[in-house]
Amino acid sequence: MNVIETERLTKRFGDFVAVDRLDFQVARGEIFGFLGANGAGKTTAMRMLCGLSVPTSGTARVAGFDIGRQTESVKKSIGYMSQKFSLYDDLTVAENFRLFGGIYGVPSREIPSRTDEMLELLDFRSEKNTFVKSLPLGWKQKLSFSIAIFHRPGVVFLDEPTGGVDPVSRRRFWELIYEASDRGITVFATTHYMDEAEYCHRASIMVDGRIEALDTPARLKQAHGAASMDEVFRNLARKATRRAD
Amino acid sequence: MERFLSFAKKELLHILRDKRTMLLLLGMPIAQIVLFGFAISTEVGNTKVAILDLARDEASRRIERDLDASRYFEVVAHLEDAAEVEPLFRRGKASLVVVFQDGFRESLLRDGSAEIQLIADATDPNTATVFLQYATSVATAYARENQPPAAAPVGIVPQVRLLYNPQLKGAYNFVPGVLGMMMLLVCAMMTSISIVRERETGTMEVLLVSPVRPIFVILAKMAPYFLLSCVNLATVLLVSVFVLDVPVAGSLPALVLVSFVYILLALALGLLISTIAATQVAAMLVSGMAFMLPVILLSGMMFPVESMPAALQWISNAIPARWYIAAVKDVMIKGLGFQAVAKELAILSGMTVFFVAVALKNFKTRLE
Repeated sequence: MNVIETERLTKRFGDFVAVDRLDFQVARGEIFGFLGANGAGKTTAMRMLCGLSVPTSGTARVAGFDIGRQTESVKKSIGYMSQKFSLYDDLTVAENFRLFGGIYGVPSREIPSRTDEMLELLDFRSEKNTFVKSLPLGWKQKLSFSIAIFHRPGVVFLDEPTGGVDPVSRRRFWELIYEASDRGITVFATTHYMDEAEYCHRASIMVDGRIEALDTPARLKQAHGAASMDEVFRNLARKATRRAD
Repeated sequence: MERFLSFAKKELLHILRDKRTMLLLLGMPIAQIVLFGFAISTEVGNTKVAILDLARDEASRRIERDLDASRYFEVVAHLEDAAEVEPLFRRGKASLVVVFQDGFRESLLRDGSAEIQLIADATDPNTATVFLQYATSVATAYARENQPPAAAPVGIVPQVRLLYNPQLKGAYNFVPGVLGMMMLLVCAMMTSISIVRERETGTMEVLLVSPVRPIFVILAKMAPYFLLSCVNLATVLLVSVFVLDVPVAGSLPALVLVSFVYILLALALGLLISTIAATQVAAMLVSGMAFMLPVILLSGMMFPVESMPAALQWISNAIPARWYIAAVKDVMIKGLGFQAVAKELAILSGMTVFFVAVALKNFKTRLE
């Protein structure tokens, strides 16, 4: 079953075609890497899938809902983690869980037990009442991710989730992603780290608003005769005519 | 509803956690009102007076005593010669010199009139005008008392009565002004800063992706500041009644209603600023420059609207604080009720609707 399906999804800003006729599917539980250089149109495409931006033409279904007509249902069934760290610094870990649980309509009776469960998973129990601002960045990002999947969404969108974090923390972060995927949560992630692209089940590479390649990392490497995803990426990104912003 | 509450609770936590800002928000109105009520005052008390009495008769001494007895004046020196006047002012020893000409009483008895010369230090023109008036009234009071009834001159003697604020207290003017300024500051500035902060830190994006409707995000932001403003309204009124002796002469419900409308208007302005300003600093500057200064200068808080040039009077119509301050003055000081402030209420409500509409429109376009 596909959790994300797009059909000629397009976004224009005036004469500028930011996203050009995207066609792809993401299956349930899949970890999908959405790669591309800066300015390739990744963020715009992701904003449309999250219901933040209306497509100029084409359609997409996310978690079974049309992004144009059923925006509210889409929003309820997805999780989102932004590129900037974006929890509330002056609230404690538990308060952040409670807030976002409340926003996503998790029944208030269930919030405490789910919070404990999440903290257990993160090995964070001792930090339950710590203010978020005093946590190290790597921990904050793991926390952001846990909050994004707290309401058990069908799909979670991660916009460069591991920016500015050391390799060990990144590795740990990906362990969390695998865990979520094992529980049937689809993960849709953008990243600039090509080693992370290797971790994805499938990856797409966007160039100038179009998807130039989409396959498993192994087959992408094979098709381009490359040793690593990094090489595949460089091969394709070189063709870009659009200037990065 | 549950969503809204969990969100409003979070906003309240933000405010409560930031102790310094909260202290500032709650303490500032009190500080301002006390400052304006006591320090910045156009009242004249204990003006230093020097007497140059060339008459030395019963009448001149009596007026001198009356002056000294008044709480507005204090006789500090007696001069012998007109040449001493100038150096006295230069050294700042006195602000007013009263000169009685030779033969003061005789001329008063003979002609029914006599002249007193008042020489004032008008470095501060407002104060000088006020204490000249006081001094004149002391002299006229004496003249009236001692007029031989037979010789009553034909003439018009104005009997002045000052309504609503008989003691010409400055606080009567400043309490409404401070209320008008403070609400704008708390609501407009704080609301805009807190919305812009969410945009700066990136949390706004997360909220927009969530199923919370933007209107609820906004309402939840406004709710705590609305509460805080009500607390401020209460403290300012308490301080002005019990510390500054400015009573609420008119209908309290009318005062509260007009204040609520004004608070909503200030919140809407805050929202509007947040759609324009990109950073917290910008939000602060915009609310400070674009809203505070006009309020202080053009709303009638410092300078009466009636004495402004026509163009400025016209501009001041567009300043919400002007209408609010007028309404508060009507209710608090003139002791009027709902009917008297109906016009102001209507204008303020209209402005609120307008600002909300523009802000929401801007807010939506910013999302895309």
